[in-house]
Amino acid sequence: MVDGAPDVFACNTDTPVLIAMERSGRKVIAVGCRGGGCGFCRVRVRAGAYRTGRMSRAHVTEEEERQGYALACRLFPLEDLLLAPARRMPGTGQPPQEV
Amino acid sequence: MSLTGVLRPGYVQLRVLDLEAAVSHYVDRIGLDEVSREADGRVYLKGWDEFDRHSVILREADTPGMDVVGFKVASDSDLDTFKNRIEAKGMAVGEVPAGEQPGMGRRISFVVPTGHRIELFAQAEQSKTAPPITNPDIWPAEPRGMRATRFDHVLLYGPDIDGVTTFFLQVLDFALAEKVEMPDGTLAVWLTCSNKAHDIAFVKHAEPGKFHHAAFFLESWHDVGHAADIIARYNVSLDIGPTRHGITRGQTIYFFDPSGNRNEVFAGGYTHYPDHPTRVWTAEELGKGIFYYEKELNDRFLGVVT
Repeated sequence: MVDGAPDVFACNTDTPVLIAMERSGRKVIAVGCRGGGCGFCRVRVRAGAYRTGRMSRAHVTEEEERQGYALACRLFPLEDLLLAPARRMPGTGQPPQEV
Repeated sequence: MSLTGVLRPGYVQLRVLDLEAAVSHYVDRIGLDEVSREADGRVYLKGWDEFDRHSVILREADTPGMDVVGFKVASDSDLDTFKNRIEAKGMAVGEVPAGEQPGMGRRISFVVPTGHRIELFAQAEQSKTAPPITNPDIWPAEPRGMRATRFDHVLLYGPDIDGVTTFFLQVLDFALAEKVEMPDGTLAVWLTCSNKAHDIAFVKHAEPGKFHHAAFFLESWHDVGHAADIIARYNVSLDIGPTRHGITRGQTIYFFDPSGNRNEVFAGGYTHYPDHPTRVWTAEELGKGIFYYEKELNDRFLGVVT
């Protein structure tokens, strides 16, 4: 589920959230490299348990990871998640919408 | 020999998040050969049609991207000549001792105005699996995966396109094969030190030192299609293609390694000669320049960098 959009999609616990979104035909999170490298699919998890794969520290620092930021291509749900897109625009240093 | 000074791109060192996944991608999918794994963790690879020991180096790190791209020069004395010329521009030049990469001679190392580290080297050990040269068969063994023949070029993102262009033209004796001119100045340049349409390219970007892609050469448009089949079969992360660039005329497909570094495999491209004028694209036709068939710009292709 993505906050602020009528977009709810199913995702297995072994499928990255971004891939599940693409398969569902939705476009609510920006799709970049799908490899944890570029930061296009940066999100903040507002609710729900999850695990993550390795993500570029250029886009999710250890502190941000503790705050619930993740790259959706490396994000695996353990239960229903509520997500907010949090792509950091080039040069701005901070994501456009802090919640 | 007409080609002097800087001869060609020799190696690129990439940072990856998962070394084993990266090795599988570059070896099993793209078709490079594994050369060695060293005690410091770096893995060395080469294309089947390359004579030098290695051309791609993978290093595990917290952030993907490019550490360095190295160009081979014609002779050892060229290293001293270029060191003097670079220092005369007020830039610092470091010396990397022989053997820092296995089988490689001494290198000189410097950072260009876009924030990227570039190196020059003159000597490299010959590969034990180099292409045959006596009554040579077409390959040492049948190519694997996408059948990439060699590492070909990189495209890099950073500020000061004018500065980096002047540096490559005036100090490293490259030629400007093609460029994109926008109302607010030059957006992108394709620079060559050879007969290729590009040996390195730069696109203007606020953040310095960013990596757009490393490209590997294929024999044919048919092989670009074969690469697309492999990308689909193995769920490699596709960026765009198969398509063609107006710029360079390359027939191409783009995709990502498992850490998000973009790769290109391509065929074709025109032949550049030093007497050729620079080809110019303008803002009105930029879509066609980048993707000749789609004719439209693409946020992911233009925006995703590591």
